[in-house]
Amino acid sequence: TSVQCDWCVAFPWFGMDIGGTLVKLVYFEPKDITAEEEQEEVENLKSIRRYLTSNIAYGTTGIRDVHLELQDLTLCGRKGNLHFIRFPTHDLPVFLQMGRNKHFSSLHTTLCATGGGAYKFENDFRTMADLQLHKLDELDCLVRGVLYIDSVMSSGPSECYYFENPTDPDHCVQKPYLLENPYPLLLVNIGSGVSILAVYSENNYKRVTGTSLGGGTFLGLCCLLTGCSTFEEALEMASEGESTRVDKLVRDIYGGDYERFGLPGWAVASSFGNMMSKEKRESVSKEDLARATLVTITNNIGSITRMCALNENIERVVFVGNFLRVNTLSMKLLAYAMDYWSKGQLKALFLRHEGYFGAVGALLELLHPS
Amino acid sequence: MLTALSVPLDGSSLSRCVEADWMSSGMCAHYARSVETSPTMAECGRVDSHTMDKSITLPPDEIFRNLENAKRFAIDIGGSLTKLAYYSTVKHKVAKVRSFDHSTKEAASDKLYEISVQEEVTARLHFIKFENAYIETCLDFIKDHLVNTETKVIKATGGGAHKFKVLIERKLGLKVDKEDEMSCLIKGCNFVLKNIPHEAFVYAKHADSEFRFQTTDPDIFPYLLVNIGSGVSIAKVESEDKFERIGGSSIGGGTFWGLGALLTKTKRFDELLQLASKGQHSSVDMLVKDIYGGSYGYLGLTGDLIASSFGKSATADKEFSKEDMAKSLLHMISNDIGQLACLYARLHNLSRVYFGGFFIRGHPLTMHTITYSINFFTKGEVQALFLRHEGYLGAIGAFLKGAEEDNPNQYSWGENYAGSSGLMSVSPDMYPMQRARSGTFDMLEMDRLDRQLVNLPLLQEPSSYIPDTVDLTEDAPAREYWLFCFEDALDGVVKRAVASQPDMPEAAVRAEKFRQKYRHKLQTLRYQPFAYGSLTVRSLLDTREHCLNEFNFPDPYSKIKERENDVALKYYQKVVKSLEELSWEDRQFALVRGVLAGNVFDWGAKAVSDVLESDPEFGFEQAKRQLEERPWLVDSYDQWLERLKGPPHKCALLFVDNSGVDIILGVMPLVRELLSRGTEVVLASNSGPALNDVTNGELQILTERIAAMDPVIQSGLRDDRLTLVQNGSSSPCLDLSRLDKALAMVVRERKTDLVIIEGMGRAIHTNYFATLSCESLKLAVIKNSWLADRLGGKLFSVVFKYEVPAGKPSQEAAVLTP
Repeated sequence: TSVQCDWCVAFPWFGMDIGGTLVKLVYFEPKDITAEEEQEEVENLKSIRRYLTSNIAYGTTGIRDVHLELQDLTLCGRKGNLHFIRFPTHDLPVFLQMGRNKHFSSLHTTLCATGGGAYKFENDFRTMADLQLHKLDELDCLVRGVLYIDSVMSSGPSECYYFENPTDPDHCVQKPYLLENPYPLLLVNIGSGVSILAVYSENNYKRVTGTSLGGGTFLGLCCLLTGCSTFEEALEMASEGESTRVDKLVRDIYGGDYERFGLPGWAVASSFGNMMSKEKRESVSKEDLARATLVTITNNIGSITRMCALNENIERVVFVGNFLRVNTLSMKLLAYAMDYWSKGQLKALFLRHEGYFGAVGALLELLHPS
Repeated sequence: MLTALSVPLDGSSLSRCVEADWMSSGMCAHYARSVETSPTMAECGRVDSHTMDKSITLPPDEIFRNLENAKRFAIDIGGSLTKLAYYSTVKHKVAKVRSFDHSTKEAASDKLYEISVQEEVTARLHFIKFENAYIETCLDFIKDHLVNTETKVIKATGGGAHKFKVLIERKLGLKVDKEDEMSCLIKGCNFVLKNIPHEAFVYAKHADSEFRFQTTDPDIFPYLLVNIGSGVSIAKVESEDKFERIGGSSIGGGTFWGLGALLTKTKRFDELLQLASKGQHSSVDMLVKDIYGGSYGYLGLTGDLIASSFGKSATADKEFSKEDMAKSLLHMISNDIGQLACLYARLHNLSRVYFGGFFIRGHPLTMHTITYSINFFTKGEVQALFLRHEGYLGAIGAFLKGAEEDNPNQYSWGENYAGSSGLMSVSPDMYPMQRARSGTFDMLEMDRLDRQLVNLPLLQEPSSYIPDTVDLTEDAPAREYWLFCFEDALDGVVKRAVASQPDMPEAAVRAEKFRQKYRHKLQTLRYQPFAYGSLTVRSLLDTREHCLNEFNFPDPYSKIKERENDVALKYYQKVVKSLEELSWEDRQFALVRGVLAGNVFDWGAKAVSDVLESDPEFGFEQAKRQLEERPWLVDSYDQWLERLKGPPHKCALLFVDNSGVDIILGVMPLVRELLSRGTEVVLASNSGPALNDVTNGELQILTERIAAMDPVIQSGLRDDRLTLVQNGSSSPCLDLSRLDKALAMVVRERKTDLVIIEGMGRAIHTNYFATLSCESLKLAVIKNSWLADRLGGKLFSVVFKYEVPAGKPSQEAAVLTP
């Protein structure tokens, strides 16, 4: 991928993924700028580069995930750093205003964008910031991004990892995984909603199904149930709660395992099932409710994924998407669920750049139109 | 048989009488109880006996019937409803006929045969559903009325079984024997699918009739059962004894209830559903169009699709209405269950998926959302199926497990329409005059049938055979007409019932009870035409027969039949003689006209019974004159005649209709002709009485009497070329998928190649479109002007429908439709 590219693709190099909840932006910062180039670099471009690379927070809600930054990356023959930036979709007008203030449109760059927002906000980009979007399909970008990042991550922390001993909480540890011959794989993208793809090769994939019970549902329900307002807050609460006070477990009904059908006593029989009782509704904490919401959504994604893996006859599952960001709880649950219910047949894999693959795919499209 | 001409009732008098009857019918009035005191599922765990409402009084002859002979109990206690099952025996009056010994010239020799009413004991399964709040009252009641039982145990299943274990054991003195819930459900499911036609239905909210009942494939396996209780269990059922729980989900009814209660502060499940029915999910859910601004065309996802359930409640800083949140929750859960069910169905390659559990039970809203979800995820390849008696599956299964030594699965069972409440009997949405759903008792009664019932082996496609010609659930004008018609005829039926038992002074009281019961059924069917499966003329007739039996009027027409048979026998030889004088071709036509004219004699048809009652001399010749001249309304007589010029049929199966002139002067001469041609004849008649239809018992005697006059019939009987069989039914109509096993055997053994079906009930109301794998002849006279109108004919129009299956020799036979 690191062949000399068509040098007519002018800087800045952006890839953008406008989702239902978050906008994901990747920015390639060239580090091999010659003095000559430096001189030629227009002021506007320079100011954008400086603004993005010298901050880790933009406004009140924009964040640069510094730990994900890829340094000394060769892209199209240029060396540089790849930055990963996100902000809430509802702050897009602020972003557009900034683009307008910084005269982004004077750079005559093509802005490659994917995600639903590329369609929804296309007009806003034009009218508010005088920018023309090059719209790209989100699943195309997602697959391309995953395969690319995995291929360039030869040094440093492994991009792909899994949990060893997922069914044993005391010995469950994160381990690097070499995704050498990745096909076929099931790619589960958990954003606001969930899409499940079966990927057979770089150019051959299909969307198997999806579910509306995703990250948006977790956050939405948490906000309603606990009054929290951010994903981080919701996760924080969940980490302190106890879902078994909210959920009805198999053992709550059968006193122990439901042996006849191989259901362990600890399995959830009815999510939020205990909340049918007024008494129990009054005794649970917000943290318990947040935890139960997280467990419910995560397990459901796990079980739909597992059924898809069986139907598609695929044994490797890669989970991505921003729902998993700083959400070890869900990742371990998924790892556990995949392993336990498939009796070790299925392996749950995760990628460090969880939510940014769509944006990366969009950037690649800018450099190497397919 | 057939039914009446209409006397239109104006709307106002109808609604008055519906109301009055509803108030007076004991079924509903007694158990009124406020909605608020009803405990929720979750709370019932705390509800001890002392907090229970005991004010209910149970009318013993309407609920927990036949308790005195009850044995084998089973109970299924769910979150809010208890379902009790027991097996009992019912003493029935049955009409029997017995031939006099005419050689000794008994005193009563002016009578053709002796009619006696005897008591017969039949087996019946009772299932009663009531709220858990009544459990103690009900147990007390059962204890008080249980006299003859030797039972020591009660089979129990359901989540609530252990909570009430001590109470049950103390009250009833029976040991509670717990059975696994899932296996009970499946056993129950198999039982209803096998024994109740129209058990399963597809729910279509916006269709003309919301409930579309399925014809049950005789082979019910394999299927997927998705039980949505507080969680979801998914089982694959492969045979009577083989099933596997292949999966499930924790997101189920409990999630809707629990999460719904948290979000909306609404406690009751039903109220949550009420809220949901009024909400707009799009204000809470993030739709595809909220993300894309429109549809995601590339993937074919429309803009209205939910991309993220509750997705808007995370971003929008505002209050959401309870209704909207409840709706969003309902969609989220229904879609999720539907998706999983589809994934399991696909993985196991199953296309029949039945849904049950309290989440579904009687709730049009959840049936709709689940149906929608299944359609979406399978693109119509899999249909969501629901069951009429879904709520009883656990109780039926638990009962069957306890009754294995009685071999209940070796018998055929039939739903008793008189003793069973219909689908949605307790749903206020469905029946505006019905009280709120709480506090209502719902019942199912299944009669053990004397005979095991099977398909007619000559049905072309048993899995797609539909007996009934018109589905009144879907055909509103026809439904209206027939409901009026049956209501209008009710006075006459009551009168005849009383008259049939002149020696019993209390007959009038029973007849009045019959009137109330049947009228109540008719009124229920007005609002809930789907109550007992597809509403058909057949089901209306059968319901009337069941109600008559219920009040011990086993055969109101017995004396009329006898008198007519007696008169007709006197003419037999004369009729045969005049036929023999005709040329072969003229005789064939005269025979057919004879059968048709005979069929005009019908007490079931009001148009005819009026004439018969006022002028008993209404003669056979007069009837012939009433007949339409050829060409008939449906007329393939020429093809039939051509066929008769060819080789004789091997064996003809004849489904006969009325007694008297019809069977003796119409059908018997035809039988005689067929026998003379070298065709064996099997005469199939009803096992039990229905209207003036000739029963197998009567036909035995009549045939013997005819044989004594007619050597052709005599040798036919002697050489076993004329056989009498019973059809296994007591209906004026004919369901070819539920026939006596012995009949099916005879049909197969004799290589039957011609089926003749006679009369409106059997050839028009039912089987008009039935396709058989051999030649068939359906003949009837339309004795109802409304129906005649509909078919484009007039009163006494003739249907003569001779059909040859495609690929069989006489291909010139026309298949005519009206």
